[in-house]
Amino acid sequence: MTETSASWTTSTSSTPAVPSATSAPTTGRTPATGFTPPTRFAVPGRIAVDNHTAATWQRATLTEIRRETPRAATFRFAVPDWAGHLPGQHLMLRLRAADGYVAQRHYSIASPPDDAGHIELTLDQVDGGEVSGWFHTVARPGDEVEVRGPLSGFFAWPGDRPALLIGAGSGVVPLMSMVRHHRARGLSVPLRLLVSARSPEELIYASEYGAETTPVFTRSAPEDVPVGRVSAAHVARLLADRPDGGWEAYVCGSNGFAEHASRLLVDAGQPVDRIRIERFG
Amino acid sequence: MNVTRGFAGRPRVQNDRLPPGQYDAGDDWPVLSAEVTPELAPAEWTFAIDGLVAEPRTWTWDEAHALPSSAYEGDIHCVTSWSKFGVRFGGVSLDAFLDLVRPAPEATHAVAYSHTGYTTNLPLADLTGGRAWIVWEYGDGPLPAEHGGPARLLVPHLYFWKSAKWIAGLRILDHDEPGFWEQNGYHHRGNPWEEQRYSGD
Repeated sequence: MTETSASWTTSTSSTPAVPSATSAPTTGRTPATGFTPPTRFAVPGRIAVDNHTAATWQRATLTEIRRETPRAATFRFAVPDWAGHLPGQHLMLRLRAADGYVAQRHYSIASPPDDAGHIELTLDQVDGGEVSGWFHTVARPGDEVEVRGPLSGFFAWPGDRPALLIGAGSGVVPLMSMVRHHRARGLSVPLRLLVSARSPEELIYASEYGAETTPVFTRSAPEDVPVGRVSAAHVARLLADRPDGGWEAYVCGSNGFAEHASRLLVDAGQPVDRIRIERFG
Repeated sequence: MNVTRGFAGRPRVQNDRLPPGQYDAGDDWPVLSAEVTPELAPAEWTFAIDGLVAEPRTWTWDEAHALPSSAYEGDIHCVTSWSKFGVRFGGVSLDAFLDLVRPAPEATHAVAYSHTGYTTNLPLADLTGGRAWIVWEYGDGPLPAEHGGPARLLVPHLYFWKSAKWIAGLRILDHDEPGFWEQNGYHHRGNPWEEQRYSGD
């Protein structure tokens, strides 16, 4: 057990990330491990997941659809028995056809943990997308689907440590859960978001960003804003503003973006074991 | 569960090679590693087996390549629901390595670990009998870094998170010890034909 993992345990237990009124699906507990390999990535801060919660399918009722961009919309669900989640976690969702055929997908959760009994997902309309296609063309409030989760503690951020968030396209979705959590709780721990979109029209959650966010536009930008991808200069500026204990970096996007952004972080001196990546797949 | 209103789904395909809940990813091969892809040159790569074995050993790139070559041609299945048909990986059967270190009679499991520190646990029975490989070729070329090159573990009859990228070694044990995803709620064995995705499945 390293000093870092010990401090994680201490800080999460003193500031519970999930409302204590709900039965928390996750804890800040670092599971006891036996064998530890010689090199380790992001080992401090593994979060144990309550396996019973993850295994149980629950009914989720669609209550609202909000357009975010021409290609992305947010779907809000009532899930009465939802036990809570940590920002950054995902869930599995399934749809069933009349002949029993089932399609299931993993989606990141966009809403913060305090939105009790409700969860929000923001989905891109993927060309030929079997599940996203149903959401964007058929779904309406009152429809029911099934979800299980929350899943995976690796990409979770309980709000206990400075977080540097870098996302592209709908990769901003799990990062937005962190930003909303930071805001809802009035957390003082530093948090920065670097978000890449093709254009202002395609920037998801555009109206919600504040001083913590730097948007980057790759195809077209407002006047006086340069067009280009996330660069070494962007990353250097954020890393120069180093908080005590350094940043925990969270990267989410396509594999191409994740490779690019994580390489920039490593080149700028961010420790490899403090970079957590979630790639679309 | 109830039928989802208005959901038809993709055209049904009868494919006995597709495990339950999976779809055919076609030419796509998604990358889902949770860590930074390491810059690891073949000359720096090593593979070790230790723990409950008669003769623990470490192989260099050249030493591993001197073992009899073996290939897998078939399908792979990822827990995120995609499957990929008719792929070819080239390398060496894990049996060739294990025969040289000789696991102890009481050995039952292994933890596979990567040069990045990633870990995953497997029953020894899933790693022997011509069902697991150390591979460095994909198709006709070298295994790309983002897919685990220079070399990865390949255990194609289990979900693909068991096939550790950038493989560094196996620790042979007399008990099961959960690895990275297994500690994060995933199933200990991960058999796609029994849809063992999460702990409790």
